Amino acid sequence: MSSDDEDYLYDDDSDDSGNESTVNQDEDDDNDDFGMDIGLGEEASGSGGGGGGGLMMMVSGADKKGSDHAHPYEVLSTEQIVEHMVDCIKEVNSVIQIPTTTVRILLNHFKWDKEKLMERYFSDSQEQMFAEAKVVPPYKLGAKAMVAPDLGGRGVSLSAKSTLECEICYLTLPKSLTTALECGHPYCNSCWTEYITSKIMNEGASQSIECPGNCDILVDDVTVMKLVKDSKVKLKYQHLITNSFVDCNRLMRWCPAPDCPNAVKVQFVESRPVKCRCSHLFCFACSENWHDPVRCVLIKRWIKKCDDDSETSNWISANTKECPKCKATIEKDGGCNHMICRNQSCRADFCWVCLGPWEPHGSSWYNCNRYDEDEAKNARDSQEKSRAALQRYLFYCNRYMNHLQSLKFENNLYSMVKDKMDEMQQHNMSWIEVQFLKKAVDILCECRRTLMYTYVFAYYLKRNNQSELFEANQKDLENSTEHLSEYLERDISAENLVDIKQKVQDKFRYCDSRRRVLLDHVHEGYDRDWWVYTSDDITS
Amino acid sequence: MAGLPRRIVKETQRLMQEPVPGISAIPDDSNARYFHVVVAGPEGSPFEGGVFKLELFLPEDYPMSAPKVRFITKIYHPNIDKLGRICLDILKDKWSPALQIRTVLLSIQALLSAPNPDDPLANDVAELWKVNEVEAIRNARDWTRTYAMGN
Repeated sequence: MSSDDEDYLYDDDSDDSGNESTVNQDEDDDNDDFGMDIGLGEEASGSGGGGGGGLMMMVSGADKKGSDHAHPYEVLSTEQIVEHMVDCIKEVNSVIQIPTTTVRILLNHFKWDKEKLMERYFSDSQEQMFAEAKVVPPYKLGAKAMVAPDLGGRGVSLSAKSTLECEICYLTLPKSLTTALECGHPYCNSCWTEYITSKIMNEGASQSIECPGNCDILVDDVTVMKLVKDSKVKLKYQHLITNSFVDCNRLMRWCPAPDCPNAVKVQFVESRPVKCRCSHLFCFACSENWHDPVRCVLIKRWIKKCDDDSETSNWISANTKECPKCKATIEKDGGCNHMICRNQSCRADFCWVCLGPWEPHGSSWYNCNRYDEDEAKNARDSQEKSRAALQRYLFYCNRYMNHLQSLKFENNLYSMVKDKMDEMQQHNMSWIEVQFLKKAVDILCECRRTLMYTYVFAYYLKRNNQSELFEANQKDLENSTEHLSEYLERDISAENLVDIKQKVQDKFRYCDSRRRVLLDHVHEGYDRDWWVYTSDDITS
Repeated sequence: MAGLPRRIVKETQRLMQEPVPGISAIPDDSNARYFHVVVAGPEGSPFEGGVFKLELFLPEDYPMSAPKVRFITKIYHPNIDKLGRICLDILKDKWSPALQIRTVLLSIQALLSAPNPDDPLANDVAELWKVNEVEAIRNARDWTRTYAMGN
């Protein structure tokens, strides 16, 4: 697949012209057919499109150029997720010839691990496996011979020979209006509907709805779809099933962007950037925004640290002292060292420097001669320590936040640059000639994003030769990024236009190459174990 | 207010016609979903000889959701707390619409015969039941005598 194709498919998300047969068919049909999609009945119609004819294959959208990631990933819509489930079921079904509804329950039981399922199926404990998965083994069904061929599902409408009393509503009804699973506990269809609806809507159950009788046989999807008529309930059921499918599947992840219905599927799990069709760029391994060069564990810690109030308490211990008598927290905002606690019930007199009682200070109060007493020294040291830790955190946090803030104005920047591009075109430049400006903003934003995460990395890093090299790279990138940003804000006139274009282009090329150098250096460090972290429990 | 579902009418009728031995459940005069229940302490249990009052209420979506049951008489039991709330699986996640008031009452009776201190609701009681069963049973007898006899 050439890169042009990818771009075409990638951009073209509004009309699904890239998608073929199966997807479009499914979309045309109402979701009423969901039960059929994942059940037996689908087999004939769906096989033509098999193998995901409508899937979008693309190469990593984030770093198209210098990326090491040659492995394609897919962005899947809800329909495509369902299709994947169907494929998965079919694959198993073609090996072990049992009804697809049963396969689906088994697959769910094994968290959609096909190999595990087959291994158990072909082992000695097959019967036990069916019991654990809460289904009646298909070979036991022959004895009942009640499966109406036209229904396909495990739910069986009994023939209308006589009547029976529904054990839920106590109404006596013709058998034709009742349904039983293979376990043979019949209930009337309307009670079934009400039961399943309440399980789905109130308990959020999808794969774990049991027969109401004194048994734990699970209700299959075809039966659910046959009995439930309300489209809202069906939709929720579909959603619950796809959700559990994606959650169970290690190779799939929901796009974390708000309200985005898509999931991303990779070929193996690793920390890598993936870009959803909604254009959200995130790390597949941890779902955070893509955070190169810092690793998932560290970005998790950092985010937790920033969210936590831990730094508040750090500030308190760095900037306040406690009254030695009543332990009230005190911030000194001026005045002498003779403190009188304002707590009305305390009123302790003490020295701010040594925290000892004021009395013995006598006349030499200004030069507190009790300063180097061990206890005071310890208190001093620990305060010093937390003050230093706070300073360090604030240093990195400030720089991180700066870039984060700048990135928030990304959209403004793009619209500003668009105005500039219009302006330049009025100065007799062609459309193609002014594209460098957009490119410059692209690179500026990428640099800022990278820089932002370098401060997280640096915060957890212990000093050594390599870390100094890293800091030099960081400094250089920081400088050139600022220059690039400045250039973009300059006014453009007819005279300086050519000059500015040259400068901007030189600068963004430089920035881009420096960014790569920095990232490569960090990655090399990971490979060669150069990085030493400030805390022992960090493993890279 | 909508009429009483057929299920509740029939269940009540059957409960009156063939009551569970040792248990009486009578619907309230003004509210057919509210039952006054009396359970006799099972033979051989520390609750023997006691008469325990309970209330049972069938919620709006019964039988899709479980009846609400509570002991009114104080009882010393590891699975029943001091407010009379009962820790019983079929009243929670194991409820099924195919169960009935009758099955619930039978289960409660069985719970009195066989307390389960490993799944406690009243922690202090369960603790004692495990550490010193003799004393716990004596307490249960005392409570039965104090609160569940006499009227």
